[in-house]
Amino acid sequence: MFAFSFFVACNNENKGSNTSGDDNTTTTTSGGQETVQDEESQKDIVKIAVGSKDHSTLVAALKQADYVTALSNAGPFTVFAPTNAAFDKLPAGTVDGLMKADKKNDLQNILEYHVSIGVFKENMMQDGQLIDQANNQKITISKSADGKITVNGKANILAAIPASNGLVYVIDEVLLPPAKN
Amino acid sequence: MKIFQPKKWQYLFITAFAFFLLESCKPKGTQSAAGGDATKAYVAPGKYDEFYNFVSGGFSGQMSVYGLPSGRLLRVIPVFSTDPEKGWGFSEETKPMLNTSHGFVPWDDAHHPELSQTNGEVDGRWVFINGNNTPRIARIDLKTFRTAEIIEIPNSAGNHSSAFVTENTEYVVAGTRFSIPPDDANGDVPIDSYKQNFKGNVSFLSVDPKEGHMKIAFQIRTPGVNFDLSHAGKGNSHGWFFFSCYNSEQANTLLEVNASQRDKDFIMAVNWKKAEEYLKAGKGRKQAVRYAHNIYSDKTHSATSTIETEITVLDSKELADMVYLIPCPKSPHGCDVDPTGEYIVGSGKLAALMPVYSFTKIQKAIADKAFDGDYEGIPVIKYEAALHGEVQKPGLGPLHTEFDANGNAYTSMFVSSEVVKWNVKSLEVLDRVPTYYSIGHLMVPGGDSKKPFGKYLVAYNKITKDRYLPTGPELTQSAQLYDISGDKMKLILDFPTIGEPHYAQAAPAELINKNSLKFFKIEENENPYAAKGEGQAKVTREGNKVHVYMTSIRSHFNPDNIEGVKVGDEVYFHVTNLEQDWDVPHGFSVKGANNAELLIMPGETQTLKWVPEKSGMFPFYCTDFCSALHQEMQGYIRVSPRGSNVALEYSTGKTPAPSAAKEPAK
Repeated sequence: MFAFSFFVACNNENKGSNTSGDDNTTTTTSGGQETVQDEESQKDIVKIAVGSKDHSTLVAALKQADYVTALSNAGPFTVFAPTNAAFDKLPAGTVDGLMKADKKNDLQNILEYHVSIGVFKENMMQDGQLIDQANNQKITISKSADGKITVNGKANILAAIPASNGLVYVIDEVLLPPAKN
Repeated sequence: MKIFQPKKWQYLFITAFAFFLLESCKPKGTQSAAGGDATKAYVAPGKYDEFYNFVSGGFSGQMSVYGLPSGRLLRVIPVFSTDPEKGWGFSEETKPMLNTSHGFVPWDDAHHPELSQTNGEVDGRWVFINGNNTPRIARIDLKTFRTAEIIEIPNSAGNHSSAFVTENTEYVVAGTRFSIPPDDANGDVPIDSYKQNFKGNVSFLSVDPKEGHMKIAFQIRTPGVNFDLSHAGKGNSHGWFFFSCYNSEQANTLLEVNASQRDKDFIMAVNWKKAEEYLKAGKGRKQAVRYAHNIYSDKTHSATSTIETEITVLDSKELADMVYLIPCPKSPHGCDVDPTGEYIVGSGKLAALMPVYSFTKIQKAIADKAFDGDYEGIPVIKYEAALHGEVQKPGLGPLHTEFDANGNAYTSMFVSSEVVKWNVKSLEVLDRVPTYYSIGHLMVPGGDSKKPFGKYLVAYNKITKDRYLPTGPELTQSAQLYDISGDKMKLILDFPTIGEPHYAQAAPAELINKNSLKFFKIEENENPYAAKGEGQAKVTREGNKVHVYMTSIRSHFNPDNIEGVKVGDEVYFHVTNLEQDWDVPHGFSVKGANNAELLIMPGETQTLKWVPEKSGMFPFYCTDFCSALHQEMQGYIRVSPRGSNVALEYSTGKTPAPSAAKEPAK
């Protein structure tokens, strides 16, 4: 009876399409909390990005780079989230090129350059501060006398959104990692 | 209609089928990983597990013991926290175990168990574990699975980088996660005088090879950094100890930001053989301190707590060739040495790569003086000169590394929630597998020794969320067992744990189970209050102290009727379990006691102190179901008002004379 009740439950949810357990073909099985069904808790960074119509390019890139899992986890992160318009400023074809399977490393590198491990609130930022990003390179913070923050001398912070696992800064430029030596 | 009557094998089939369907209900993403081979974790009823798994209880302060591969909980060993279930910290005999220089401390945060080793191999005698909060190290005896010794660490706060041992358990180490002003200095100083007044320490506790007794052999005074984890050298690197340290910025506030300023912190390499030479040459400074040293005796079945008053300190700044620093990127956490002893892995938890150092290169760098200056007088070895190589893009948030016997390393990645397998020599990433969710420590049986047993890996996760049926805001921490016998790691079991597991150890069952004690011999019981037979049962009064020398055997206490106790008396129930049979503890509890039960092993004596505050009738009974007449195993103690002249009397099985069996006076 136990077995049958589960059978029914699965059919109703229409999610019971799991088959073989043939997991060896999947190299990037999620260990992330993005599959946790929880509509009550404060939203994490991924849920905030997914819920924003201005970030569909970023979300697509996070998925392509297998970065959804990490940003759903405990963090804490500060994520600089370029808007769709920011991605559109890149030379034509740049985003499409990065979304190709053989450019996954490059895409990961760029995305990781937008992620700091740690919560950096605006009032803690100082002019000239260097922050280490997840790709092992640094961004530079500029802070004007009136407290306005600019990243790498170019990107402006349009909004700051607190997330359950950190902080999202919506920015108007894509941050491009400096060439590594 | 024909009723389906499943046979035994059909039940199995149905259960397996149900699990399959259950898994198919899981949200996408957990499916493929959960499709592992659960039969590999199956241990048939009545069969033994292959490994004992000793798991830290984290903020429970205890240590739990699981069987692997089944994940069955075998025992929770009380260590630093009181445990009313076992009377730990409640009985008069065990209270001294939790004594410290701060008085009785009923709790701690236990992180890193380490099995004793001989020739770098797990020997199954003892397991050590650190207490973080009020810095201590405990030794658990694996004959009894009980805490046998606890020693406090002076000049310390936050004993995190502990309790790791050297190759022959010559030493077990402790280290300061919090630097503080030394105990003999004035600690009443401004916090922002950190750089001037705060010092770090690593402590080396020698371990008596026969009895296991610990002694603080020496402490090494260091700059005021935060020591995080450590591991001993082995093989070639035997004689050295490696500690990871963060906060080389020496920040005293908002470490979240301020301790991550420098690109590199350090791995501190300690040449402890050199330290021994300095110690012998009298180069140490005697320092007056106070720390508790508590030892439990299985002869007297009681603990003694001694306050020790002196240690010897060796100064890392003044004594050359004893301590070196090796740069390590971004707040290193794990500091792990491979089975050969040649490779030391530093895991910078905020770094995008993992450095692997070579002991040979470190020695050469020291000989060549390939230094990048010094840090508060300690030579800093050039990063490249010490480096074997870097694991590139291992994952996000590397924390800890364990090893198998085939030259592979397994590193936990907190941020990306995965275990990454890589080759120690080639540094090539070989496999990765997700954990649910956010793994902290991981463990391979023997995985930090010279002889890893391999076969399994357990991930100890920090976050559970939807892994099990919800139980309100707090969920038990999840552990996941992986089969690592093949090229690819395979998830085979998911099981809940107690407290918050940090590190763990495991050893083959046969190394330990053959030594396991079945009972204590009653004739060897040297507890001064033991009643080694029913004939020795008695009750005595010394002023307002009443000593009850009580026996318990299936299925009565002797005495079980006690009169003449008065309000305000200090009553000590010294209960001796006369059984000489495996797994027949008796319990003892008395109504209204502001205390816990006693749980007395066969042949043992334990004491419950009780101060009755009002007169009346107080039943006591055996709490551990011991026989068919367990429910009859009970008694009464009559408490009379202060100044009452009711005589002290005690008995068992005394039939009242007919005249005495009258109605109570109205």
